[in-house]
Amino acid sequence: MRLRIENLEVKYGNVRVLKGLNIRVEQGEIVTILGANGAGKSTTLMTVSGLVKPSGGGVYLDDVPLHKLEAHHIVNLGLAQVPEGRRVFGTLTVLENLRLGAYTTVDKALVGRNLGWVFEMFPILNRRSGQLAGTLSGGEQQMLAIGRGLMANPKILLLDEPSLGLAPILVKSIFSTIKAINRSGVTIVLVEQNARLALKLADRGYVLETGRIVLEDKAEALLANPEVQNAYLGGMH
Amino acid sequence: MAPDKGKVMQLFLEQLTNGLAVGGIYALIALGYTMVYGVLKLINFAHGDLFTIGAYLGLTLLLSLGLTGHIGSAAGILVLILMVMGLVAVIGALLERAAYRPLRTSPRLSAVVSALGASIFFQNAIMLIYGARFRVYPHDLLPVTAISLFGLTIPVMRIVLFGASIVMMTGLYLFVQRTRTGTAIRAAAIDQGAARLMGIDVNRVIMYVFLIGPALGGAAGMMVGLYYGQINFTMGWVYGLKAFTAAILGGIGNIPGAMLGGLLLGVIESLGATYISLAWKDAISFIVLILILIVRPTGILGERVADKV
Repeated sequence: MRLRIENLEVKYGNVRVLKGLNIRVEQGEIVTILGANGAGKSTTLMTVSGLVKPSGGGVYLDDVPLHKLEAHHIVNLGLAQVPEGRRVFGTLTVLENLRLGAYTTVDKALVGRNLGWVFEMFPILNRRSGQLAGTLSGGEQQMLAIGRGLMANPKILLLDEPSLGLAPILVKSIFSTIKAINRSGVTIVLVEQNARLALKLADRGYVLETGRIVLEDKAEALLANPEVQNAYLGGMH
Repeated sequence: MAPDKGKVMQLFLEQLTNGLAVGGIYALIALGYTMVYGVLKLINFAHGDLFTIGAYLGLTLLLSLGLTGHIGSAAGILVLILMVMGLVAVIGALLERAAYRPLRTSPRLSAVVSALGASIFFQNAIMLIYGARFRVYPHDLLPVTAISLFGLTIPVMRIVLFGASIVMMTGLYLFVQRTRTGTAIRAAAIDQGAARLMGIDVNRVIMYVFLIGPALGGAAGMMVGLYYGQINFTMGWVYGLKAFTAAILGGIGNIPGAMLGGLLLGVIESLGATYISLAWKDAISFIVLILILIVRPTGILGERVADKV
């Protein structure tokens, strides 16, 4: 499955947030989108998921125009999102959260298999399955958010700032999990503030500045790029 | 002194059961407020009028089906209540389509004004159709009107109504807690955006809420007609306010809270009217509202789990 974002434009009122974005994600890739706060990264993901409607351009999953679909129809096509700030359902249990991830899945056996897979990946979620999600620690909530995304059985998983607010050791473990998810055949689109980690993980990257793509390259090339180093990696000597 | 003591106890128990029956009605209405608030953060001011519509539709059904004498069984009454619930549910869903959905992305105040407008519309429509005078429900619907229990005389109607409200509340609770759709309703109440990312059709969830809430409110309307015998086109105003108080008392947005708040308010009001003053019956409810807002604005069960960052 291939995701194409073509000349995407989004306006919030009169403010143009995305000004003609082009991004291409091939099957099996890890693609990262870098950029400062307010560059439009989350807006891009929200538009792909159908929560924000574009004012121009479009998003295509193979040849399906996602921008013409309602958000609740998009999940079923194999595209799930782990949103920024985790947004787990705090007053629902861990298990209820995970089952909601599979809300559109009819095949009960598949839901059961995916639940087993998620519990294998994050055993802590199994131990806490009856607990309210709001009582989990930040790292556990991030695991839950990722697990919930996986329950949709996605071909493409959008991850928005999975490292936000987590201790470095947790970030490492989350990132190696993302790598493992990718190896199991899921295409990953990763939005990150932690540019160094993201580029080390990704195959390719895009740099977003005030609603425009200013750079696009293989991840190693971006890591070595002096402009990227100065702007996003705090300089490398 | 012994017989006096017995009488005191009897009065207390009688008022307690009365309070529970009335409280069950408050709770059913309060559920409509709390569910809509939970999902839309909107106080549906027209909800009290849906309750009134339930009362009038119940009357129409009773009269047009010729059931003015003995219905013969509590089951008959329950079937009628179910019919009223279905009709009011449809009106509730239409209300959402017409008055709230077009304003979904507008400032919240617009929807509140729209709700007040809908309330005025319903009230006047009822008045034009049924007239402004009190209408009387046929009495003697149940063959046995009272049973004795431990020297206590309890009208059968009171037991039937309390039982019906408990059954409906239990049913709703199980639906919301155990089913996939119920979980979707709870999820949409917590975070609509995240719910949509799960593939939940939030518009559909909102429609369910506007079917369920009015259905319960309409049932409550008919129950008031059956219990007190007379109805009026403005009755939704006071009952709506009381149920709203009950929803706040239990914690607005919280479904078990609305049930608890309703029953509690019914009992407080009934006992207050007996032991303080009958004239203060309504005032007591609103004093409870003010006290709750001052002391514990989140209500009894309205404590939210802190979001961790």
